[in-house]
Amino acid sequence: MKKILLMGNPNVGKSVVFSRLTGVHVIASNYPGTTVEFTKGTMRLGDEKAEVIDVPGTYTLEPTSKAEEVAVEMLNEAVSEHSQGNLVINIVDATNLERNLNLTLQLLKRNIPVIVALNLWDETKHTGISIDTEELEKILGVPVVPTCAISGEGIKNLVTRLPDAKVGIYEYQNEERWHEVGNIISQVQKVTHRHHTLLERLGDASIRPLTGIPLALVAMYAAFKIIRFIGEGLIGYIFEPIFDRLWAPLMMKLSFVLGSQGFVHNILIGKLVGGEIDFVESLGLLTTGLFVPIAMVLPYVISFYLVLSFAEDSGYLPRLGVLVDNIMHRLGLHGLAIIPMMLGLGCNVPGALATRVLETRRERFISATLMAIAVPCMALQAMVIGLVGRYGTKGLGLVFGTLFVVWIILGILLNLILKGESPEIFVEIPPYRIPYLRALLKKLWMRTRWFLQEAVPYVLLGVLIVNILYSLRIIEFIGRFTAPVVTGILGLPREAVGALIIGFLRKDVAVGMLLPLDLTLNQLIIASVVLAMYFPCVATFAVLVKELGVKDMIKSAGIMIVSALTVGGILNLLL
Amino acid sequence: MNLIDLTQLRQGETGTIVNIQGGHGLRRRLESLGVRPGVMIMKVSAQFMRGPVTIQVGNSQVALGFGMARKIMVNT
Repeated sequence: MKKILLMGNPNVGKSVVFSRLTGVHVIASNYPGTTVEFTKGTMRLGDEKAEVIDVPGTYTLEPTSKAEEVAVEMLNEAVSEHSQGNLVINIVDATNLERNLNLTLQLLKRNIPVIVALNLWDETKHTGISIDTEELEKILGVPVVPTCAISGEGIKNLVTRLPDAKVGIYEYQNEERWHEVGNIISQVQKVTHRHHTLLERLGDASIRPLTGIPLALVAMYAAFKIIRFIGEGLIGYIFEPIFDRLWAPLMMKLSFVLGSQGFVHNILIGKLVGGEIDFVESLGLLTTGLFVPIAMVLPYVISFYLVLSFAEDSGYLPRLGVLVDNIMHRLGLHGLAIIPMMLGLGCNVPGALATRVLETRRERFISATLMAIAVPCMALQAMVIGLVGRYGTKGLGLVFGTLFVVWIILGILLNLILKGESPEIFVEIPPYRIPYLRALLKKLWMRTRWFLQEAVPYVLLGVLIVNILYSLRIIEFIGRFTAPVVTGILGLPREAVGALIIGFLRKDVAVGMLLPLDLTLNQLIIASVVLAMYFPCVATFAVLVKELGVKDMIKSAGIMIVSALTVGGILNLLL
Repeated sequence: MNLIDLTQLRQGETGTIVNIQGGHGLRRRLESLGVRPGVMIMKVSAQFMRGPVTIQVGNSQVALGFGMARKIMVNT
């Protein structure tokens, strides 16, 4: 199949063009041998189908980072198969022509047809920029099409002109490239004076410390409130009613048919609590196994990713990174490490993958370890909110407050112990943009689908294993050996070891297993904190081994277990 | 004409980059984002306690660490 590569600087609306060109079937995958993620989809081009690839953003073809290396490799691959009609759509930020043309000129030296999309065309008007596109097309020798991907303007034109894409013939000396760019700019672009827009003023205010720090606190508080509001709303008005009114009667019938007890009944429906199904406690595949991921966790996953995607697409995260850079340096990281941490709050797997934005091995070790220990994923958070939250917000404050303090202290310790320095932040701060709803929803859908595919099978497996362990009395057996630690140090009943075993599979199921143990609030707090810290779930574990290597993972796991027992023990003494 | 480094520039002040006192790798990284000698820049912000500096280059903004900013000499 013909390949169409979308290439351009980061933050030029590349993925919006991508979602305009492609249909619903979009796949995100890792570039072979790396964890750099890219998305691809397909589009119709006349009678044939073409593969559209959203190449990771790059400023230059002389790579300065892992993502840029991947971009260059993908380009090389497409160039080597040029006989099948591959081409590059170079997405250019029209409001930032100079820096973007630097990449364009490099692309024109490659043996592959190029077409230039002058994106964000509408923004040139209120930024006082006028570009003579015909002149630019003449100079570059390849088609230049103004587009505004967000409104869809120019996309049709871009598609009809794809067959005109040409291999560049523009001649220049590589050392003279910026000079060439300057020449082109002076021929095609005029800039007139203009006033700052509201979004620009907000952009500057949120990166100046005196205004930026209060704004960041407001933004965090608002994000937290919105996530809870949407999450609780989805649970209370949609998911719980569906399970209570539609699913429960159906399951009760099935339970009756199965004779209300017995092996098959226990596996599918679980134990009846007071003659009724309890979706959290029953622990059957069709009851708890579906209720936990869908009705307790999924709503928060949706609301969290909605807010996170908004923060990403609006351009806020790099600003937050700059504001917290100082704090992150105390932990041996730099400001951008806030991004894997934020992703980790959704799910530790993408969080662990995102540690790739950090430059050194040391930083990746520290951030991955800190995240696995002290950044609880949404599945765990949702269950803790569900269980500990019943006793009011004080317990919740203690659980999340403890994890935050652990995050800081452990970071400081790791920074002191591990040799080396943390490199400095270096990042483009994109202008604020109102997120494009369609691209945002597409991203939300991809993330939600990914959660369902990953989580539901593991939850079902977890529930199944719990049943087997209970029926063979294995948990009781292990409980006797682990009692000195579980009861002695952590102050929990010995059966709680079952939750710790299952926590390796799924933390949400593990928290649910605490419910039948009739723990006191303090015990619930300790158990929640320890479950969050002691070890990552198996999905995260697998990614961490790949990211850190076996040796570093063993070190990291050692730190996890020791710090979980220490913190759990201290809580047991204090509470 | 007054030659200072980027950290000494005041918020809102403009200057022209004269040279970058760093190795090839640093110069190349900065250049890929348009930060190179001869370019006019404006300082947008600086964080407290030797935190990162944000500058406006052309129509975009770039944040860089204090140490990097100290290596960029500008003429005001």
